[in-house]
Amino acid sequence: MTLELNNWAAALVAGAGALLAIFLIPAIFNEYEVLQMMIYVILAILALSLAFIWGIGGILSFGHAVFFGLGAYSYAIAAINFGETTSAFLVAIIVPSLFAAVLGYFMFYGRISDVYLGAITLTVSLVFFKVANSTSGPSYRIGKAPLGGFNGIPSVPRLTVPGFPEWELGTIELFSLSVVLLALTYVGLRFLISSDFGRIVLSVKENERRSELLGYDVRRYKLLTFIIGAAIAGIAGCLYANWGNYTDPSVFALSQSVQVIIWVVVGGVGTLIGPIVGCFLLQWLTTWLTTIDTINKDVILGGILTIVVLLLPQGLVPTIRNLAWTVAARATRHEEKAV
Amino acid sequence: MTFVLTAGLEVLAGISSLVLIALGLAIVFGMMRVINLAHGEFLMLGAYTAITAVNSGVNFYIAILFIAPLTVGLIGLIVERLVIRHLYGRIVDTMLATWGLSLLFVGLTTTVFGNTTTGISSPIGAVTIGNANVSGYKFFIIGVAVVTIVLVILLLRKTEFGLIARATMQNPTMAAAVGVDPKRTYAVTFALGAALAGLAGGVMAPITGIVPGIGTTFVAKAFITVIGGGASVMVGTLTASTIFGTVNQVASFLTTPVLGEVAMLLTAVLLVRLMPQGITGRFFRGSI
Amino acid sequence: MMSAAKLVETKDLGIHFGGLQAVQGVNFSLNQGELRCLIGPNGAGKTTFFRLLTGVHKPSVGSVTINGTPIKGLQTHQIANLGVGIKTQIPSLFDNLTVRENLWLSARKRNAHAEADRIADEALETIKLAHAAKTEVAKLAHGQRQWVELGVVIAGHPKLILLDEPAAGMTGHERERTAELIRDINRTCAMIVVEHDMEFIKMIAKTVTVFNRGEVLMEDAVDKVLSDQRVKDVYLGKQTGGVTL
Repeated sequence: MTLELNNWAAALVAGAGALLAIFLIPAIFNEYEVLQMMIYVILAILALSLAFIWGIGGILSFGHAVFFGLGAYSYAIAAINFGETTSAFLVAIIVPSLFAAVLGYFMFYGRISDVYLGAITLTVSLVFFKVANSTSGPSYRIGKAPLGGFNGIPSVPRLTVPGFPEWELGTIELFSLSVVLLALTYVGLRFLISSDFGRIVLSVKENERRSELLGYDVRRYKLLTFIIGAAIAGIAGCLYANWGNYTDPSVFALSQSVQVIIWVVVGGVGTLIGPIVGCFLLQWLTTWLTTIDTINKDVILGGILTIVVLLLPQGLVPTIRNLAWTVAARATRHEEKAV
Repeated sequence: MTFVLTAGLEVLAGISSLVLIALGLAIVFGMMRVINLAHGEFLMLGAYTAITAVNSGVNFYIAILFIAPLTVGLIGLIVERLVIRHLYGRIVDTMLATWGLSLLFVGLTTTVFGNTTTGISSPIGAVTIGNANVSGYKFFIIGVAVVTIVLVILLLRKTEFGLIARATMQNPTMAAAVGVDPKRTYAVTFALGAALAGLAGGVMAPITGIVPGIGTTFVAKAFITVIGGGASVMVGTLTASTIFGTVNQVASFLTTPVLGEVAMLLTAVLLVRLMPQGITGRFFRGSI
Repeated sequence: MMSAAKLVETKDLGIHFGGLQAVQGVNFSLNQGELRCLIGPNGAGKTTFFRLLTGVHKPSVGSVTINGTPIKGLQTHQIANLGVGIKTQIPSLFDNLTVRENLWLSARKRNAHAEADRIADEALETIKLAHAAKTEVAKLAHGQRQWVELGVVIAGHPKLILLDEPAAGMTGHERERTAELIRDINRTCAMIVVEHDMEFIKMIAKTVTVFNRGEVLMEDAVDKVLSDQRVKDVYLGKQTGGVTL
């Protein structure tokens, strides 16, 4: 019913877009501005991870930041301890995934869903937030990495090119990596969603009961969905720790979890482009509001969220798509009439 | 002996705080199946109302026990009319819209009051138990909690409003068929929940550093207490508060306050996992 | 036609909810390829019995065996994987997916991708909805949704199909088509059909089991059952001696 590019076309567009971004943006903008845009790209990856588990898997986690935070912290701790960043990058993916496996098993095999799942995920992320905040003092360290309490971990080593430990990624290289990863995540998820696995996951979201009656073990599909989302969030977390060369407990904060939800809602649950757009839009809006400093940004963000939920329950991208579709349909009808 | 008394007081005060914080949300969730994520902000607004009133010369007790709840109750009424009413049955959308509202409230409060920590001091001084000095305010908290519980139970069981509210919650179509206006009932119920939150915020003001963002700490606790408690408003809230409050206080005493909170949170996670419908989904079903 | 091993067997099956004995002492059996109708007045326990077979309810007493496997302790999806296709009272489908996607998902569980495509197309033909293949299920009329659900059930190539009121809410013409569909399906698959609609029963039934007050009142050929005075009494509320609902 919607104007959908097929996956290969989307891959081409995403690839072209990525190449354009990588070459044009550093050429046009200065390093500070590139750094600003990098964070949008990184957070867009985070948005995609929730877009997948919620929009496709039907799992609304109120503590999604926990995987983001685990990615950031585990990269930092691993990089400092290993002295090597490629394996640290892998750790940043593995740790959140493992945790998602445990938490997911705990919840889905206990048939926990909806609001109760929201409660548990919220609480779990809160636990991490509180614990991370309380680790001030030199005795709180994992190996060589001091946890730093609410100040976080400073001097997080930058990613280096694999195999070349002296070649740290500069701003432009890191930006390029982020863009590439965003494009890969987007395309990868598109292919995943249209695969047999993805279609089953969608069916579980559509009608869990019917999926079970068909013989699908819905617990297992939810668990796998959850783990995939966590892995992607972990990548975003790792990039985030690289972006600022530090990480602190705010990565686990409730407000971080809710921000991701807001991006997905505003952009459109069930789509992939929507949350990316929602993230870019709202991040830009937040930054702009902070710079002009007239109206409090929370007032604007809160207002937008409430209004979107009330008036555009589908979110921006689906609403625009439907509008475009209706317009196109009307135009075609006029053409037919004219003939 | 002194130790037992002081420890017991701590635990009771902790439970009472939790009850006050959660009760408003429990009423709204239990009666209307609405998750109001702006609940923490209602508490915050209650605190700021109390602080403003006291700083304007109003008597401490009147500010906390009357002005705060009434003001926030009114705000709740407006919120219900403008937002909540359009989203009944859509539990996730309600959570999202109320989170939007909570951001809005935080932003507005920051604009008006700024971001610095404020508070008021309690007029109740220290009380001596044995050879220990304890804060007399803790008795006040316990007292307010007890009176509130009694009043709410009486309201739900003995008044016409309570009967109508319970009936509407159980079967809105039927209630409408016998001439009850469910919309009115929902509006009043939501306002009641908001008022209780305002009361709790006012009561907590003297012992918490109040900033516009204080709501987050409250809402998480309230949320898990309500979910853990289950569908029954009073019994659920009381049992969940007792369990969580006790774990929190005992663990805080044995280790650190932070670990105490963590222990409480982990207990909540375990409880929801073992009893996905909450405590009163398994025990004391059908109670008030 | 008769195999030695029963496809479905219940021994002394019973369940109570609080003080209410919803099903009691039911010894039921079904042969491979057999079609059985379950009838009985409201509250007789038919749907409860149905739910005991699908694992939704756990028995208080007795056992259920499907295709030689006791279903005690099995999750719903595990029972489905024993080769049981289930259609519940209210159509349960993937409303926002197309008819073909619904069928495909069912076929895919036990077949590879390409084979699932073939089976989905086959099922589309059987339920005669090929023209609606790309239509979203939510947009179909009620009768068509019931047929889609039948199609979804058969696309899983089950050995046993459990249908709860397949003719509910249908017009006369739709009922006939459904009866024809069921007779067609029965050529390769055993079925248990719970129904209220006597006209419909007459169109499809061979053997009928009558439930009353949680127990099996009688089990016999359809014409014997429908002309039996006890069965008539039970439907009019006389037999029980108790209060009619």
